[in-house]
Amino acid sequence: MKSRMRTLTILMLTTIGTVLSTAQSPPPRFGLGQPASADLIAAWDIAVMPDGKGLPPGKGTPAEGATIYAAQCASCHGANGEGGVADVLVGPEPKGFAPFGPQYEKFRGDAKDVPFTIGNYWPYATTIFDYIRRAMPPNAAGSLKADQVYSLTAFLLAKNGIIAENAVIDAKTLPAVMMPARNRFVPDDRAGGAKVK
Amino acid sequence: MKEDKRAQKTSQVGRVSRRAVLTGAAGAVGASVLGLKTPTASGQDRGAAVSPGLLASEVGTRSSFEQPKRALTGLVSRTPLQDLHGTITPADLHFERHHSGVPTIDPRTYRLLVHGLVERPTVFTLNDLKRFPAISRICFLECSGNLGRQGGEKTRPQELCGLTSQSEWTGVMLSTLFREVGVRPDAKWFLAEGQDAAVMTRSIPIEKALDDAMIAYAQNGELLRPEQGYPARLLLPGFEGNSSVKWLRRLDLAAQPFMTREETSKYTDPLADGTARQFSFVMDARSVITSPSYPQTVEPGWMEIRGVAWSGRGKIQRVEISTDGGKTWSRAVLQGPVLPKAHTRFGLMWKWDGAPAVIMSKAVDETGYAQPDWAALQGVRGRRTRYHQNPITGWKVGADGQVLFAIERLS
Repeated sequence: MKSRMRTLTILMLTTIGTVLSTAQSPPPRFGLGQPASADLIAAWDIAVMPDGKGLPPGKGTPAEGATIYAAQCASCHGANGEGGVADVLVGPEPKGFAPFGPQYEKFRGDAKDVPFTIGNYWPYATTIFDYIRRAMPPNAAGSLKADQVYSLTAFLLAKNGIIAENAVIDAKTLPAVMMPARNRFVPDDRAGGAKVK
Repeated sequence: MKEDKRAQKTSQVGRVSRRAVLTGAAGAVGASVLGLKTPTASGQDRGAAVSPGLLASEVGTRSSFEQPKRALTGLVSRTPLQDLHGTITPADLHFERHHSGVPTIDPRTYRLLVHGLVERPTVFTLNDLKRFPAISRICFLECSGNLGRQGGEKTRPQELCGLTSQSEWTGVMLSTLFREVGVRPDAKWFLAEGQDAAVMTRSIPIEKALDDAMIAYAQNGELLRPEQGYPARLLLPGFEGNSSVKWLRRLDLAAQPFMTREETSKYTDPLADGTARQFSFVMDARSVITSPSYPQTVEPGWMEIRGVAWSGRGKIQRVEISTDGGKTWSRAVLQGPVLPKAHTRFGLMWKWDGAPAVIMSKAVDETGYAQPDWAALQGVRGRRTRYHQNPITGWKVGADGQVLFAIERLS
């Protein structure tokens, strides 16, 4: 009887042991993936932040940018950034008029839509550099050198009346450019509930 | 008691309550079966010899009688909502919005880099991603620019709001991946970057990563299709589609958002007061009637008004339907299970008396948010808002049975 009990106990313990060994609790980490080297990160990371982090060495001027723009950009964006098959790029707010907001709403009846442009809607100058470098021109994205991207950025800022024609744009001066629309942007205040926002 | 009153009220205008549908459905089906005529020359007559059909096939195709198609405009294609049933969108009909075309990515060389404010900057292969615990969830994905009406009265559901689709997505929770690399306390945002030609980027709050964000590698049971981000994409349930970056190549954790083009000059909401709403991720509640809709022609008598409703903030609480241009509303029947952040089917039996009518739907989600009409939306947002437009829309049923889009409700 006693030995029978012992056998049963051993059997039960064995069973429990089996269950425990197949249902392992997951570790905090699985140890998957490989460490990313600094070289790999440098080669892959092309993002530029508003404070200038990520901007490469180099520089450019509006005059240099004008030449590149005419050759690489004008066919889609228009000779002077007035738009075409691609977005309008140039358009400082006309005096007494904005692309949206109270003034626009007031003149809604007779007003022609004012396009959203770099000059009247883009809040950060660093975004221009980041976007041109990663995505333009669409048929050869990534082909422009740092100096060319700085020059195009300078050209567009000057065309929009934001910097002087003889300004030099580089990793130091670009983040310091204050865009006209900077203070228009506010966080999303929608949060569900009965109120339409 | 409340429901009985509603049933009484709605019966006067030819709509049926949920209870009446549930108890009467069996009888209605029986009657229609009895009403069938004997099959004749339709091929169902067993009097003639019949040869075998096609053999089994490795990959199935649709019936040659059915050709649902996405509607194309350049880098955009829209889901044929009017041709679909239930809540899952076939993967080959899921809407597309690309920013520089669909890249071809070899899964053997695919890598995902996670770096920035993390303890262990790491590169994952596709196989690594698949070794993590796999999670599947059903949710909708909607482009925030999902309102079209260029066709005027001849606008189909597809053109009106075909930039929403629903799938069962499978992948690894982003929170699992972030635990693997160790998120530093100062990380508040992460940049998601695609491997398309435009290397498209969005900044996402870290809270979303720790909530319900996923890296998906499969859709509706099969590995992702190229146009949906093969071999791996970000998936942010309830958020505007653009932020669920496809062909994901890099996640960069940072203390601040990156202010990329797609979160500044695009995908922001200019308001009537002169400010512009930024990082407006969540898709508000919306619904659309998919049948009857243009270009259908209907006949007097009973029909089911059908559609889908969804909210990026959670579950659909109810859908109301009007058949008199918004004067009175009745509750539609929701098809369960009602899932959060998911397309939800609704229906309501309606007896059309042959007189001109305008049918509309209105979604209410579990936060109490009710889909607004166009005037209310324009009133609070102003005229230049370009994204997140979710107005109540409707269809006009003419005396001849022709159904047209009620374009005047959006002016």
